[in-house]
Order: sequence, then C-alpha cells, then structure tokens
Amino acid sequence: MTSVLSLAVWATLVCFALSIALATLRLVRGPAAQDRIQALDFIYVNGTLIVLVLGIRNSSTMYLEAALLMALFGFVGSSAMAKFLFRGEVIE
Amino acid sequence: MTAFTTLFETVVAVLLLAAGALSLIAALGLWRLRDFFQRMHAPALATALGTWCVALASIIDFSALGEHLDLRGAVIVILLALTAPVTTAVLARATLFRQRTAALLEQEQVRPTRD
Repeated sequence: MTSVLSLAVWATLVCFALSIALATLRLVRGPAAQDRIQALDFIYVNGTLIVLVLGIRNSSTMYLEAALLMALFGFVGSSAMAKFLFRGEVIE
Repeated sequence: MTAFTTLFETVVAVLLLAAGALSLIAALGLWRLRDFFQRMHAPALATALGTWCVALASIIDFSALGEHLDLRGAVIVILLALTAPVTTAVLARATLFRQRTAALLEQEQVRPTRD
C-alpha cells in the first residue's frame, strides 16, 4: 500500500469520525424522537462504512461480513424504532 | 505492473476521499438544517453515494490488487439500497402521524367540543 492510499484511508476515517460526532450532537440535542432515530440510523451507516474502509486498510475480506451484519442490524433497529413511534407497539 | 497498481490505488484513494466528503456533507446537513423533513434529505447522500463510493473502492482494491475477483462489496450496496428507503418512509409516516395527532389534540384543547 502506497503512502497516497494510506493517507487517503486516514483522511476518510477522520471524515467519518467527524460526521459521527455531528450526528451524536443531533442525537443528544434532537427536539423529537424521530430526529434521534434518524441520527442513530446515520451513525449505523457510518459505522458500516468505517468497517469497510478498515477492511481496505488491513486488506482483509473478513471485514465485509462484519459490515453486512452491521447494515442488517442497523436496518432492523431503525425500522423497529420508527414503527414504535406510530402507536407504541412494534408489532400490531 | 507497478503503473497499473499505482493507477488503481489512486482511483481507490479518490473514491475513499469522495465518500468521506459526502459523509461529512450529510452530517453537516443533519446538524444545520432546520426542519425534520428538511433534515430527512441529508443522510441519503451518505447512504446512497457514500456507500457506492466505499463499496466500489473495496471491490477495486480486492479485485485489482488482490489475487482474484471479489464482488462481495456489492452485496452491502444492494442491502443498503433496499433497506434505507424503507426506514426513511416508515420514519416519515410516523413523523406525519405524530405531528397530525399533536395538532388535533391542540385544536381540541383550543376549541372544546360542545355536546
């Protein structure tokens, strides 16, 4: 891995960390429950992307399965919480 | 061979930097926009374009610089492309429902119904 790619990986990870910090601000501040759910979903997506970038950095394909699981659990959690906002029940 | 390796690594680096910039723009939109329905647009930038950029970078990295073709990064793009609109739609409907219910309750408190 050349220095260009390792520098780019480092800068990308910093960008993802900054965006997770901004989303955490929205998660803490968010006026309503739906804002917090949206911020949590965004954090999940960023975590998935971070795992993918770490897989590129360590040149290991094992990270792809972890990223897939993170995406799947993020979808299940976010949609369950969004469904909970309707009437206070996940399964009606 | 080394020229090809350098070219592919540059492409991967550009894709990764684009993904980082897109994610940062999405987070800024999530933080700065005023309304919930305005903020709903911002994270789609990261879930659509950012995921595409990172998955393409990983596919190019593992296929061009590794031993064999590896397309498993595309599975994550497909999964996120299928699931992100569902979450967004359910969240938007829940928000509409909550805001309408709150408005109805407020209206009833202002003008009480007479029997």
